[in-house]
Amino acid sequence: MNFLSVGISKRLLKLVIVVFTALIIGLGLLTSPAQADTVGDEFDYAVLGNVKIKGDPIGGVRILVEGPSYKAETVTADDGSWLIGVPTKDTYSVTLDQETLPAGIAVLEGGASQDVELGLSDRVVKNFFIGQGERNEVSFVDQFIARLIYGINFGLMLGLASVGLSLVFGTTGLSNFAHGEMVTVGAVAALILGVVLEVPIWVAIPGAVLISAGFGWSMDAGLWKPLRKKGLGIVQLMIVSIGLSLTLRYIIQFFIGGGTQQLPGFDSPKINLFGSVALSLNDLYSMGISIVAIVGFALWLIKTNTGKATRAISDNPDLAAASGIDVDKVVRLVWILSAALAGLSGVLWAYFRPGIKWDMGTQILLLIFAAVTLGGLGTAFGALVGALIVGILVETSSLFIPSDLKYVGALVVLIGVLLFRPQGLMGRKQRVG
Amino acid sequence: MDWGTILNNTLAGLLTPTTIAFALAALGLAMHFGFAGLLNFGIAGFMAIGAYGYAISVLTFGFPWWGGMIVGIIGSILFAILLGVPTLRLRGDYLAIVTIAAAEIVRLLFLTTAFTDVTGSADGLFGYNSAGGFTSANPFPPGTYGFGPWTYNSETLWVLVFGLALLAVCVWFLWALMRSPWGRVIKGIREDEEAVKALGKNVFAYKLQALIIGGIFGGMGGIVYAAFANVSPGVYVTSITFFIWTSLLLGGAATVFGPVIGAAIFWVLQAFLSNILPELALAGILPVSGTQAATLRFVLVGIGLMLLVIYRPQGIFGDKRELTFVK
Amino acid sequence: MLVIDHVKKSFGGLTAVDVEHLEIPKNAITALIGPNGAGKTTLFNLLTGFDTPDTGAWDFLGTSLSGVPSYKVAQLGQVRTFQLTKALSLLTVLDNMKLGAKNQVGESIFRALFPGSWRKQDAEIGVKALELLKRFKLDSKQADFAASLSGGQRKLLEMARALMTDPVLVMLDEPMAGVNPALTQSLLGHVLDLKKDGMTVLFVEHDMHMVRHIADWVVVMAEGKVVAEGPPESVMNEQAVIDAYLGAHQDTDLGVVTGRISIIDEEKNK
Repeated sequence: MNFLSVGISKRLLKLVIVVFTALIIGLGLLTSPAQADTVGDEFDYAVLGNVKIKGDPIGGVRILVEGPSYKAETVTADDGSWLIGVPTKDTYSVTLDQETLPAGIAVLEGGASQDVELGLSDRVVKNFFIGQGERNEVSFVDQFIARLIYGINFGLMLGLASVGLSLVFGTTGLSNFAHGEMVTVGAVAALILGVVLEVPIWVAIPGAVLISAGFGWSMDAGLWKPLRKKGLGIVQLMIVSIGLSLTLRYIIQFFIGGGTQQLPGFDSPKINLFGSVALSLNDLYSMGISIVAIVGFALWLIKTNTGKATRAISDNPDLAAASGIDVDKVVRLVWILSAALAGLSGVLWAYFRPGIKWDMGTQILLLIFAAVTLGGLGTAFGALVGALIVGILVETSSLFIPSDLKYVGALVVLIGVLLFRPQGLMGRKQRVG
Repeated sequence: MDWGTILNNTLAGLLTPTTIAFALAALGLAMHFGFAGLLNFGIAGFMAIGAYGYAISVLTFGFPWWGGMIVGIIGSILFAILLGVPTLRLRGDYLAIVTIAAAEIVRLLFLTTAFTDVTGSADGLFGYNSAGGFTSANPFPPGTYGFGPWTYNSETLWVLVFGLALLAVCVWFLWALMRSPWGRVIKGIREDEEAVKALGKNVFAYKLQALIIGGIFGGMGGIVYAAFANVSPGVYVTSITFFIWTSLLLGGAATVFGPVIGAAIFWVLQAFLSNILPELALAGILPVSGTQAATLRFVLVGIGLMLLVIYRPQGIFGDKRELTFVK
Repeated sequence: MLVIDHVKKSFGGLTAVDVEHLEIPKNAITALIGPNGAGKTTLFNLLTGFDTPDTGAWDFLGTSLSGVPSYKVAQLGQVRTFQLTKALSLLTVLDNMKLGAKNQVGESIFRALFPGSWRKQDAEIGVKALELLKRFKLDSKQADFAASLSGGQRKLLEMARALMTDPVLVMLDEPMAGVNPALTQSLLGHVLDLKKDGMTVLFVEHDMHMVRHIADWVVVMAEGKVVAEGPPESVMNEQAVIDAYLGAHQDTDLGVVTGRISIIDEEKNK
């Protein structure tokens, strides 16, 4: 999955372009750019440059230079270079026609039209910072639809992680702050199976889910059930989950270090589908897997006896226990399933970011809480709906606010829901205060 | 195994500006949670606002150092009001989630490149101590002070003394408040709001006052940390909130000296572990690498917090009878 | 003293309270009775500001109380106790009592820092608290945490604490709930003392016969409405009340059976 955020590619490009500019200034001034698409050879002075993205040249890009009583344009050669001669030493505006850039590429910094001044030298170089990004020329509706679909993709993955947290809360009352680590565990398990042990990825992923399920079992058997029996209050349990989160996070860092590692096949190229929507094969697989897993889980909840028992307990624990349901057994099952789904979402998150990092689960923990709260703490379907809404909100908000603030929207929703409608969209109205 | 250096570094952790910053933040949390029963998991946000308030006032608006610090404190007060007015009627664990989210929003706002001119975004801010005159306000002439493991240069000593003075004032403040009738009302609210309302007390106002006071202490913690180190959003992550909670619970949540002692013990332990674990790894006693040994330190903090809450939630100095969150 | 008009409260589809008009007389002991689910506690919560009605208005001493939050209601001179006793177990008995006093200078955050401004008042409050504790026979326990008191002692503490607010209207929510017979006598005696001291009392109770012995006025509720009100003897004979509540036990005076009635009559005739 290759969905690089604008922020990351920006920094990478800055580095690349600094290097290139240095080279170009050095080389370009010494040698005549014999292969540049040149115009205005007759003049003594020139403005020139190179159009490249991540080192790959882009030909056929139209460049305009405009100054006091002079105007000229050219098109970049196959090696990306261009040169426009100018008659006088003045300030000129250089414009890159973004329409002639490939789809999905735009000028990122400084604008498509920038000024240059011929000062001391006869020639001056103007390069544009370009990269993957949305151009202003792309219609808003197109962009919005693209974001909507990315949001659904993200939301489905988030949904897998959220359902488990919601059901654990519903059946035991615990706000589990270590849930993010269950997501990370799934990704790390896939890493160990798929990369270290070199098991084929289509076996490694189910293997990772099984390992996560086992992890969930051990959490309830080893920690949560004994603590419930001991009679700890929910605030104490919550703080225990915080300590657990710290412990697990750093144990994971202990084993995989602080860097990012990749699952095999992460670098799947984007396919232009329609409008400005471009998804990779990995994105499509991910959405497919999410939908299958969600539908399967939904069927389990609705059709099977244990599924119904789970919903009953989550809805009304006292009534359920009074009607003879073995609450402990159901809670154990909920922990196993919750961990399995979280682990699966961890694998998908690893392809989405892309990359596996020791704190990847913690990064989305608050988003998961936002999804669960929005949908209704304790409901399974609510958590899914909430996750979709949060996913769409996070992705589409980057149309209106800076992209590094895109999580803020979800956090504001989280706070808002707890203030005004704490039972969420589908939850039972309880006394919150 | 160089026990001399290990011991030296360990003991040094007892009295550093970071320890004092933590002590102030833990004191604020004692007001919030220990005495008023408010589950504030956003203490990092208060620290960030104190620190950034100080740094930004000095660097962008040209305030003198003490003016910048006052701005940081006012920021903490405003944040407490903004946070408190809508959320104080929420149930305990819901309030926890809201406060974590609020602190994260604060951190993201300081991290975003949209405001980088003022906040420095990911790089943070520095140079405000000299720009604002804090460094030149140092009454200690250059030189080395102290003895043994507690040796400081004049700059660090100044921050240390400044921080200690603030801490002393805050400790006195908290102690005086909690033994007054006001403190009595707060303790009542912690246990059962409805009963206190039935006696004619405006419970909401008391809770908001507690939130503001704790917030001021937290903001001061951020300011002391900023005066010593630099201001960067990477510091005010939720992990630091959890470490402060650990310090508080360790010392004793519903006591006045508990948070201070707890913070000191926390940092001494941190210093000890960060010295001894790499040594053990190097000496081959622990079958891990040097970097892994450093990570173990935090694993132990997490385990420690869990054990603390399960087996001794009242910490070292606390009274189990006084705790409301323990069943 | 308390005038209630058109007060209605529904939960979901169920109307819990629907009272057209009700007046609580001054300086008398009024009992609010009715079967379970009649809406007594709901009405009680509405009157004390712990719940908000859908519609309606009620006045306390001429001041409208609708929309007034519970703590302000308490400041106006009403005080209530709770069915599940809320003695603050993490405070000492004496602190519990001192908490009840009104207009404490030391409770303001700014003045709390200066003991000089509140110490004298606090001492005076302490004296008043001890007197009340003596009256309720709890003075020996003043330094103990309230957690160490027995259930019955906590009920007494809650009543004593309520008196620290110098109320004019005392609202007791099922004061005899879960109380052993010996303590019941003591509590009833204290309730009568309240009237002697010039206060008005409203209490919610189940046991009709106990009510008969100390109440001056009885209000009977069923299914959210007031079905009868009047002095105890006449109310007990009203057909509506018999149908709604008394049923088969109408003629059996449980007080006679348990032997309490004679003690109460003595108290009342003092």
